[in-house]
Amino acid sequence: MRNSSRNWLLIAPGLGWLALFMVIPCILIFALSFFERGVYGGVDYNFNFENFQRAFDPIYLGILLDSIRIAGTATLVAILLAYPAAYAISLAPRNKQTTYLFLIMLPFWSNYLIRTYAWIVLLNREGLINNSLEAIGVINEPLNLLYNEFSVITGLVYNYLPFVVLAIYSSISKINPEVREASEDLGAPAWKTFLRVTLPLTAPGVAAGSVFVFVLSVGNFITPDLLGGGRLQMVGNLIYDQFLSARDWPFGATLSFILIGIMMMLLFAQAVVVNRQNTDRTPKVKEELESLKFDASMTQQEKAHA
Amino acid sequence: MHSATTGTFLNSHLKMVYVFLYMPIIVLMVLSFNKAGLPTVWSGFSFEWYGKLANNDAILNAAWNTLVVAIVSTILSSILGTLLAIGVEKAKVNSGLDALLFAPMIIPDIVLAIALLSFFTLLEFTLGLHSIILSHVVFNIAFVCAVVRTRLKNFDYSVLEASEDLGANSFTTFRRVMLPMIFPGVLAGSLLAFTLSVDEFIIAFFTAGAGSSSTTLPMQIYSMIRFGVTPEINAMATIIMLVSFTLVFMSQRINKGVVQ
Amino acid sequence: MKLLKSLGVSVLTLSAVLASASSMADKLVISNWDGYMPADMMERFKKATGIDAELALHATNEEIMGKVVASKGKGYDVIFVSSPFVEALNKLDLIADIDHSQIPNTKNLYKQANNLKYDKGNKMSMPYAWGTTGLCYRADLMDEPTSWNDLLKPNDKLKGKVTMLSTDRWLMAAGFLSLGHSVNTAKQSEIEAAKDVLIEAKKSILAYDDATFYAKLVSGEATMTHAWDGWCNYGTAENPNIKYTIPKEGTDMWVDTMVIPKNSKMKKEAHAFINFVLSQDIGVWIANNVMYKTPNEAAMSSLDKELLKAYPNLAMTPDQIMAQEQLRDLGKTQKAYTKAVTEILASN
Repeated sequence: MRNSSRNWLLIAPGLGWLALFMVIPCILIFALSFFERGVYGGVDYNFNFENFQRAFDPIYLGILLDSIRIAGTATLVAILLAYPAAYAISLAPRNKQTTYLFLIMLPFWSNYLIRTYAWIVLLNREGLINNSLEAIGVINEPLNLLYNEFSVITGLVYNYLPFVVLAIYSSISKINPEVREASEDLGAPAWKTFLRVTLPLTAPGVAAGSVFVFVLSVGNFITPDLLGGGRLQMVGNLIYDQFLSARDWPFGATLSFILIGIMMMLLFAQAVVVNRQNTDRTPKVKEELESLKFDASMTQQEKAHA
Repeated sequence: MHSATTGTFLNSHLKMVYVFLYMPIIVLMVLSFNKAGLPTVWSGFSFEWYGKLANNDAILNAAWNTLVVAIVSTILSSILGTLLAIGVEKAKVNSGLDALLFAPMIIPDIVLAIALLSFFTLLEFTLGLHSIILSHVVFNIAFVCAVVRTRLKNFDYSVLEASEDLGANSFTTFRRVMLPMIFPGVLAGSLLAFTLSVDEFIIAFFTAGAGSSSTTLPMQIYSMIRFGVTPEINAMATIIMLVSFTLVFMSQRINKGVVQ
Repeated sequence: MKLLKSLGVSVLTLSAVLASASSMADKLVISNWDGYMPADMMERFKKATGIDAELALHATNEEIMGKVVASKGKGYDVIFVSSPFVEALNKLDLIADIDHSQIPNTKNLYKQANNLKYDKGNKMSMPYAWGTTGLCYRADLMDEPTSWNDLLKPNDKLKGKVTMLSTDRWLMAAGFLSLGHSVNTAKQSEIEAAKDVLIEAKKSILAYDDATFYAKLVSGEATMTHAWDGWCNYGTAENPNIKYTIPKEGTDMWVDTMVIPKNSKMKKEAHAFINFVLSQDIGVWIANNVMYKTPNEAAMSSLDKELLKAYPNLAMTPDQIMAQEQLRDLGKTQKAYTKAVTEILASN
């Protein structure tokens, strides 16, 4: 069966790296949540839970909920945009697929800051989009497209869309076309095939992509700062402020700790859903399709001989 | 297979997505020819910023450093992340391990940045470009692993068994059977890792050594924010875009040639 | 497996090579904002003193503070930070005393510059540039503002066309000054009052902007902005209708300084650098290129009169500057300020 010692050889280097360069350093910082900010920004080593009490102040809860809402919206929009795009790429001729993927990623080798400034040029009241819309007469007054939630969500979707496309593509391109064909041979209309065969099989890719967008959006601080005009506070800004402006590492550690805890729970829920889907349904679906396909081809043969 | 209308819809959707992705890029390219020193107000056409860029050693040096960091950290994390993904998918996945593998993505980057710097300081580890690389690999492993795992779910291991039954040793099986099958996932993961590294600022800033030998392009650009992001930066980005475009199209040509 | 082994070896070798490459340079390391010193500063310094130096960059005070606290200042020899942070660095025992005997060019400084509240006698820092915070506005689109309330409670024409600074000290300062309080107050009631004013004010602003507000003035997107005086000059350079004024309630005074980390291994050379920076030439360069005022008397008194006419805030005298309140470190009150700022920025 699986050689478990060989398995350990595969896992060990990556795991070791994470243990050394992530787990240990982070434990050092998270330990700070039980201490207090010193008067000038250092750490007062007196063990207490005050930071955790502070963290439940409604202001922080409000920011957390807002961030989840905004990140959630961005995630939804990103998936809706990315799925058909990834699907289209997977249908393209093999040798062109890589090029299409590169073209998706290319914009993100320019710099985050400059792209964000470019969006400001596009979205502001005297900007390109408003000017074009006014020129063709769709609107009379410039729209408020900037320094609000709309621009922040646009920015988030924009910056993380390629990641979602890649994740979904990875999943879609793996589906054996025969499975799709079998379903259609059995008379299922295309949308049904999509819904009950393709979509479940690409759930891992969609899940991974959603996680990317959601997690990176919640922790983002540049986009709310520049595209939101600083008018929106998201969890990313909050935590930055604690570590850098307030020089309150202990409280920053507490907030991060809680944030990570919540995210872990969401991820755990998502993993349970995905695993249950995959382990339960797919082998059964495949089996059924195989047997029915066999029947269908038998019927064809019989017809041929007739 | 798919109806013609579905095909058309998908293709137009893809085109619109590309328009969405490239709109700001075109804007920033145009602005690189902006006469005024502002990133947002147009005042006339000029090549002067390209001239200034050619002489700006700091930016050029930073761009080179960024490339080195991105390439090395991508290679390392692709290898480690892929192996990790394979090992984890084969073994019984336990949620503790899952959590660990997602952690680098969830941890706010400022926390990771400060944690790593404090850790390096504790160990009296000299900082430099290499410490940035080490740090970038941390989050890149998680992304590569996550992407490759999507490819590995429901992987048909019987193919590997067949290969070994036919006498191939495990290394050959890996190289010539498994790797090609998961390659799109590995490629996607590597692309992701490269992109993340190229644009990453806060962890780079904190774990970099002092001095221009460890400055990356994002660090350089962010530091210009106090005195203005000039069109010089747009010029740099434009050149990066054009060079990348050329590379992609050249490789497409080569691919076509090989196929034929 | 062979692949892994060879990989491991190459990783270690690569790391070692890169590590040795970066530690080869035993140069003086300066951390500063980009564009804040002459581009050929390091060459000039080497020519004058023979010492090799290189520049590291930081974008904000907060970032460099974070880095210095986490690394205990290792790897840096001279750091440029703004005045409120000097006190904190000192109390955290991260900076070294400055030996004035190694810095003869202190004679170039205004005598007032030796009497700065955050560091009387310049024992642990040396001033580099100083200035005030006020209102930067389009004189062709509005009348000269006279009060902080013109910004916080704008008239209908200005609603949605003003910006404010969001860096905590300056955001709160606008609130405090409009109510007649100190910018360093520790009174909870005053902090709450300022917070309420600022939450109301948020409803009328276009955006918070710490870096590109002058561009918004140039494009007309904004008509009045909360601004540091030197920054306003960049706007004036693009459009002479952009002017600067200090509201009648007064404002704060800030100083950008140079400090030497305690862990620096090249303190003698660091002093030599600071001395070089305080020379007359460099002071003139700062005023001409960065358009900030410098406490360097020898430099300021030799400036071109035309420059002073075009940028009136460069002509402010030290006494006028010193008449403003200086920002001090807040000690344990910092937590209350940060919380207030969070509430303001998160409000609707």
